[in-house]
Amino acid sequence: MDYDEIVAVGFTPVDDDLYREIILDHYRNPRHKQALPAADRTVAANNPLCGDEIDLMLQLDGEGIRAVAFEGRGCSISQASASMLCEAVTGMRIGDAEALAERFRAMLQGSSADPGDIGDLEALQGVRAYPVRVKCATLAWNALLEALHQDNAEEQRDST
Amino acid sequence: MTTEATVRSPALDVERLRADFPILQRRVAGRQLVYLDSAATTQKPAPVLRAVDAYYATSNANVHRGVHALASEATDLYERARQRVARFIDAPAEGIVFLRNTTEALNLVASSYARELLTSGDRVVLSVMEHHSNLVPWQLAAERAGLQLAYLDIDDSGRLDLAGLDELLAPPTKLLSLVHMSNVLGTVNDIKSIAARAHAAGVLVAVDAAQSVPHSTVSLRDLDVDFLAFSGHKMCGPMGAGVLWARPELLERMPPFLGGGSMISRVTLERTTWNTVPHKFEAGTPDVAGAVGLHAACDYIDSIGRSAIREHERGLTRHLLDVLDEVGDVTVYGPRDADAQGGVVSFNVGDVHPHDVGTILDRSAIAVRAGHHCAQPLMRRLGVAATVRASVYLYNTHSEIDSLGAALGDVKRIFKVG
Ligand SMILES: Cc1ncc(COP(=O)(O)O)c(C=O)c1O
Repeated sequence: MDYDEIVAVGFTPVDDDLYREIILDHYRNPRHKQALPAADRTVAANNPLCGDEIDLMLQLDGEGIRAVAFEGRGCSISQASASMLCEAVTGMRIGDAEALAERFRAMLQGSSADPGDIGDLEALQGVRAYPVRVKCATLAWNALLEALHQDNAEEQRDST
Repeated sequence: MTTEATVRSPALDVERLRADFPILQRRVAGRQLVYLDSAATTQKPAPVLRAVDAYYATSNANVHRGVHALASEATDLYERARQRVARFIDAPAEGIVFLRNTTEALNLVASSYARELLTSGDRVVLSVMEHHSNLVPWQLAAERAGLQLAYLDIDDSGRLDLAGLDELLAPPTKLLSLVHMSNVLGTVNDIKSIAARAHAAGVLVAVDAAQSVPHSTVSLRDLDVDFLAFSGHKMCGPMGAGVLWARPELLERMPPFLGGGSMISRVTLERTTWNTVPHKFEAGTPDVAGAVGLHAACDYIDSIGRSAIREHERGLTRHLLDVLDEVGDVTVYGPRDADAQGGVVSFNVGDVHPHDVGTILDRSAIAVRAGHHCAQPLMRRLGVAATVRASVYLYNTHSEIDSLGAALGDVKRIFKVG
């Protein structure tokens, strides 16, 4: 057993780039945080560690995401990430939204820290340094993938 | 080094004690660790680490079986630990059952006493300030045995509201199970007088003493309760060594919790008779090293003195409450009175989520707990989703509390609070 591998020895500045201005702005002034009565899909996601709760609602339009909204409560990372998600995927094609969600998750969890061009979402990259908080950032994105896959699963079921 | 802390808290020599805890020397995020999470688990002093090590290096063998020298040494060490723990809480040793932790101890009482010996319609009384480990086992038992549960409420200062106690103790109540010191509010409940009222009504009393036994003098003879549960890991001992004390005559009446080796007297394929108490409740190979470490932990704590520890913590708690006041925009939950609470203070900073506070403090190498503290009904009662909790022990200093205050200033600056 090698302890040195798991013992955190590095130096973290108190003001690193976890709580960037844009994250705090989305937290304080969340976009698309409202009910979506026309939603086709709703996924409720919870993170028991922080007590984060997000209900993600999607209104689909053929191959595209017509509208997306969320309701919930929790830490700044989870709520800002949900707000940024809504801004990013509104009007996107379903396949592109899935690809974006996968790239976002890979940025935080995977071996590749370089997600390519993901716009403002890049601001959440600082979460990578805080393994216990990665779940907060990916909560809404997991809900998005679940909602989109649910759709696929149902379509497959319909076609069989 | 003469710090402010040693001057202000002459109750004990904190710098000398800190040297006993190897982990307190370590650095996190490049800074000196500030450990303010002892209510979750305490750090372990060198004498405890050495005792565990020495047990494995010299006497390790299985207990209560085998005739060889090591087996008898290990058995002797294990039974001495039982005697020592009994002395630590001023109780007869036949009532000490070694288990893994408080949770297991309370499950044992809920299963082997409440579920088995109470009858449908009987009532068990708890409170809204309980840890999940003093809630969920009773809910499980209630469901299986048709018991009713009722709850004492708290007042706005986080103290138990005892106005309705006599009514709740009336039939069909058979058992009252209460936390001695809240792991969220720090509130210390007056178990002795509550237990006297319960006994007068013919109601048995169980106590979750996970937060009281490590920090103050707890005497069973004085409290006069029927069951008492606590965890070695919250009192300088190793993880995995927990204790239930129960009146031996109750243990006699209770059916076993788990079946297996050690807990039997005679086994045939048809029928088994039980070992004597407390062994009847210790099925399988016990955590002997844990018990030996807990023995060393009792010695360590008593070498300092529990009244000195309580005095030291009282000073730290007072300072903590003052510092939180100075930080500003901080909501404190609980009595806010160092004389009425133990070394646990829960709070929130403005409307910042506790996990964001926890992460910012972590960057200053300050370890606090952030979350629901395994007390979700209490969170709901307080009207919050979660809180930040700082908790202190014999090795904390006033200057560590000052570091917490400074880091909470960072929280306010980053989140633009106030
Ligand atoms: C008041 C209280 N009760 C019960 C427990 C459960 O202790 P353990 O996890 O050691 O079983 C704790 C600690 O987490 C506690 O603070």
